[in-house]
This record gives sequence, C-alpha cells and structure tokens, in this order.
Amino acid sequence: MERVPILKIGDILLVSIQVDMSDQTAIQLQEDLAERIVATSCHGVIIDITALDIVDSFVGRMLSTIASISKVLDAETVVVGMRPAVAITLVELGLSLNGIRTALNVERGMELIAASRADEPDEGADDEDTETTATA
Amino acid sequence: MTTGVDLGVPATQAIRSDEDVVRVRQLVRTTAVAVRLSLVDQTKLVTAASELARNTLIYGGGGSAEVSTVEDGRRRGVRILFADEGPGIPDLDLALTDGYTTGGGLGLGLSGARRLVDDFDIQTAVGEGTRITVTKWSR
Repeated sequence: MERVPILKIGDILLVSIQVDMSDQTAIQLQEDLAERIVATSCHGVIIDITALDIVDSFVGRMLSTIASISKVLDAETVVVGMRPAVAITLVELGLSLNGIRTALNVERGMELIAASRADEPDEGADDEDTETTATA
Repeated sequence: MTTGVDLGVPATQAIRSDEDVVRVRQLVRTTAVAVRLSLVDQTKLVTAASELARNTLIYGGGGSAEVSTVEDGRRRGVRILFADEGPGIPDLDLALTDGYTTGGGLGLGLSGARRLVDDFDIQTAVGEGTRITVTKWSR
C-alpha cells in the first residue's frame, strides 16, 4: 500500500496528495495525520489536492473527517488546489464537504491559518496594551 | 434502455480489492480521454465509476467492470457495466435515495453516480446480484 507523505513547515503540516489513493491509503493518511499533529503540536494542516483528478464520496468524507480530527486536536485544516472540474463534479455528486475550509493555493491556505490563529483571543490581552502605549 | 453500438473489444477489470477500484478509475479515464470527452465529463464519469466500483466491492462482494466505447451515429461515448453476484438490492427506490446507506458511507454513491452520467440502467435481483450500466456521451 502506498503512503502519503506529511511534511512539516514551521507550524504547519503540509500534505500534498500525489497518488490515486486507494481507500486504504486514505484511511492510513487520516491516522498518520492525527499522530503527526500530536507529535509536532502543529496548529495548521494544509491538504493540497492539486494533483487529484477526482474527489469521490470516500475521499470527500476523508477530508471532512481529517478536518474534524484536527479541530479536536487544536489544529485548523485547509484544503487547497481543488480543480474546477472536481468542484463541479463534487457539487453534482451532492457532497457538501461540511466543516472544511478551502483556499485556492498553498500560499493562501497558509495566510488563512495564520489569520485565524491571530484572531484567537487567548494570549492577545497584554500585547494590545503595549502596542497602544508604544504608538502614543 | 441504453442505445448505441459497441466499438471494439471491451476491456474488463476484475473488482476484488481496493487497488482494483483504483484500476477501474484509471481504465475509465484512459477510455474517456480516447473518445475525447471534455475534462468535466471525464471527471464526472471517473467519479461515478469510482462510486460504482466501490459499491460492487463492498455491497456486491466483488465483481467486475467492463468498459467499452459506443457510438450512436452522432456522438461517441463510454459505457461501463458493473456486475456482481452479490445479495442484490431489495428496495431499489430506497437505495437510490440521497443519504440512504446500509454500509456506513455517505449514501451518495448510487444516487450521486446516477446524476453524473447520461444513461443509467440498473438490474438487480435479491440473491442473484446487480448489474449497473452507465454511459457518458461526448457533446
């Protein structure tokens, strides 16, 4: 069985799916990613599907499941690079990709993750004070 | 019923494992490119084939996909016959309903595949098996 590699870039895990995945490969990726999120404490996962020429209901469900698992493990998932023909087919198939955030490419996906981390209120309180006094 | 004449010898792929589902996708893709379906139509047909091949494996207990090219005088197309000798489908209307599943999936395989092709024909008998024929035509 083929295995999809997972790369760590800074605080983000990047998965670029380059093979026509069997269902077993997809399930393996789901498990591998969950383990890597915990092992690396990364807060973002980008799944690049530029090379995928179809997304059927099984792969669609895998993407939704990965997004849900990541969320529970405090990581944000963004799916990037979906081809236009794949998007058209997904909609006609009736798949809504619930809970999945998408971006056009890896760069925008990274911006999206950075922006959503910056929005989180947990550690920003003190910084705000110092910033206003500094500019005054 | 489906129309059109067969062109050439159909290619048959056994469906016995996960990897065979991948092989069905690749065979359908190659054939769709050969009859010059548009990129969107190729994508729709390969996606439908993936759903139906998986159904053949999971629900039919394995079977085969027979891929052929067809012509009806005006246009060419790709026809695929998925056949299994599994338990059959007791309630076809229910099985064709979006969201209905007995296998823990999303319930979009059969209903979704039907939307993605031009012709869809299903014959099933409880205890005997299921035969699904789909065709996608060039525009």
